[in-house]
Amino acid sequence: MQASAARVAVLKGGRSLERQVSLRSGARVEDALTRLGHEVVPIDVGLDLIRRVRDLRPDVAFIAMHGRDGEDGTVQELLEILDVPYTGSGVLACVRSTDKVLAKHLMIEAGIPTPEFFAFNETAFRELGAAEALGAIEERLDFPIVVKPSSQGSALGIKFARSAADVPAALVAAFSYDSKVLLERHVDGRDLAVSILDGEPLPVVEAVPQGDEFYDFQARYEIGRTSFVCPAELPQGATEQAHELALRTYRLLGCNAFARVDLMLDGAGELTVLEANPIPGLTETSLLPQAAEAAGISFDQLVARILELALDRTAAT
Amino acid sequence: MKSSAMRDLMAVTARPEVISLAGGLPDTSTFPPDTFAAVAQRIASESCAKALQYGPTDGLGETKDCIAEVMAAEGMPLDREDAIVTTGGQQVIDLVTKTLIDPGDVVIAEGPTYPGAVPVFLSYQAEVVQIEMDSSGMRIDLLEETLGRLDREGRRPKFIYTVPTFQNPAGVSMSLSRRRRLVEIAHERELLVLEDNPYGLLRYEGDGLPPLYALDGGVYVMYLGTFSKILSPGIRLGWVAAPPPVLEKINLGKQGTDLCTSTLSQLMVQAYFERGNWRDYVDSLTDVYRKRRDTMLDALAEHFPRQAEWTRPGGGLFIWATLPDFIDTTDLLARALRDNVAFVPGEAAFLDGRGRSSMRLNFSGSNEESIREGIRRIGEVVTEQVELYGTLTGERRAVPSSEPQAAGEVVHMPTPAERARRAKG
Repeated sequence: MQASAARVAVLKGGRSLERQVSLRSGARVEDALTRLGHEVVPIDVGLDLIRRVRDLRPDVAFIAMHGRDGEDGTVQELLEILDVPYTGSGVLACVRSTDKVLAKHLMIEAGIPTPEFFAFNETAFRELGAAEALGAIEERLDFPIVVKPSSQGSALGIKFARSAADVPAALVAAFSYDSKVLLERHVDGRDLAVSILDGEPLPVVEAVPQGDEFYDFQARYEIGRTSFVCPAELPQGATEQAHELALRTYRLLGCNAFARVDLMLDGAGELTVLEANPIPGLTETSLLPQAAEAAGISFDQLVARILELALDRTAAT
Repeated sequence: MKSSAMRDLMAVTARPEVISLAGGLPDTSTFPPDTFAAVAQRIASESCAKALQYGPTDGLGETKDCIAEVMAAEGMPLDREDAIVTTGGQQVIDLVTKTLIDPGDVVIAEGPTYPGAVPVFLSYQAEVVQIEMDSSGMRIDLLEETLGRLDREGRRPKFIYTVPTFQNPAGVSMSLSRRRRLVEIAHERELLVLEDNPYGLLRYEGDGLPPLYALDGGVYVMYLGTFSKILSPGIRLGWVAAPPPVLEKINLGKQGTDLCTSTLSQLMVQAYFERGNWRDYVDSLTDVYRKRRDTMLDALAEHFPRQAEWTRPGGGLFIWATLPDFIDTTDLLARALRDNVAFVPGEAAFLDGRGRSSMRLNFSGSNEESIREGIRRIGEVVTEQVELYGTLTGERRAVPSSEPQAAGEVVHMPTPAERARRAKG
């Protein structure tokens, strides 16, 4: 069903460290919505958000924000209060997905494989002497260990500790982004992403780093340093299995309309789920639009679908 | 800006609630609006048609006379035909690189170097070799070593890029003996040098040192000047003085880039200079910036832990601070932004991944209150990280620095071996 012309507030930017990517996602969504015949009002989210949304009285808000505020349930909560329908997942799914530690605990409980990990907040180190447990953790996880902030959406703050000497500085870096960090077993393997649109998995995207002997997370975001293959050429059965794991994760966390689930495929053919992103990037080089394209869904169709789902959800409640 | 992480972070620094010590902005708030109005009025009544027209690619003769006046103030004579007026100093870096560099050619620069030159060098695919600095500027002994190594590899650098006076970002100046030696090397090896000198007249103490261009007489030294820091960056007016064969090529390059520099801006400078008191405004800026520098140095001494070190610039706009090597300043910036304060991470001043524990702090673009508060906030997060590291390793403790740092080798970038030694000690 083609939604009739709606007044759409596109929320983007904000104070998140992924502001820049969000502005690009937002601009692209605005263009698509305009082509689809909607009335588009872009809002760079700031102190005047509530006032602007109240004045505007949009039919729906398209949340094109990544990271803090936009993806962690904050903006969703505010839109609930204002009674404005919005795109994507609700508050609870955002909270669960953004907190990687919480998401991984839920996965373990549900039997979804995820790399072994330990998580701590700063207090554990400052007041409970957690540093003394580092040796045991290192032994358990083996080097290299991935150290990352619990809630940062992009690659920011993710470090590889190759030996015990690297761990303290890696933790200091990760704590720059969040008061909770995790140390995770490094999975040596292929980097996969499964995007999901309205409960249907899209073709698997593989991120192939160029050159680097050791996978550098930074590479993911630098043009020319990573190439993407979609659909990924995987061993027999792996695509179906990746789809199934991604879908289970999506449902487990309570995601709605769309999301992207990141997985690893190790040398033994085992798949593990790293994390789920309730609002993945929507730029020209982002993975969800690439996967949609591979499934024959143009960017405009993708945006139209996401908008429809938001409006349908309101109609249903 | 090389890393995308840093670009993403820098996008947040522009938010109004952030105290940004990241920019390189001069203070334009004290420029008298009356003067601006008089200058504009004069152009409107006397040279309206000319101001609205294209001009010669190399610039208006009248503007070059103003340029000659500025250069004379630093002891450099200039003939009109030896200079081209450009759209800001940045265009000179672009034009010189475009003119001289083919992909893979070597440029030599200081380490750290001006962050704004980095994307220019990258876009023309230059291979940049960065020479370490200490408190007397570029280490000329290391430069000679490097030139020797390049010789043996059969490679010849196309030019040496340097900001010898109140360097951006390090805030140090090249000593007179090193200036002399650098010019000698240029002559011995017939090697071009691009001297970038935006800050020479913004001197807060001591006597000025002769620019390389004055020592060389314009034989091998290309000189980049700008009105951005002594008048206004908004008028986008700079210049290059260079040996004639190079100047011709630059002129051709400029023709292709933008035909000519804004005639309106050139006439504004001319009308402004005819009033005869441009030095007074520079003096007033110098007073403002000197106080801001002192405020920042005091705040650093008060709020940064003793493991940090920083330069004490005698002029210019920047202080370069170096933290313990377990702190990555790009990550630190993410933490600092939560407290609404920003700086430039040191990696922006390198092309080879060095500088990760350093930061550039600007003191010209914020008032004294903001400088104090900004440094207090950065000091707090640095102290927090030093303490956290101490907790994690059971070693280091943050102690506020009790006395100003001696101007030792504070911009010296430790080698991996030295880092390992420090970590053990």
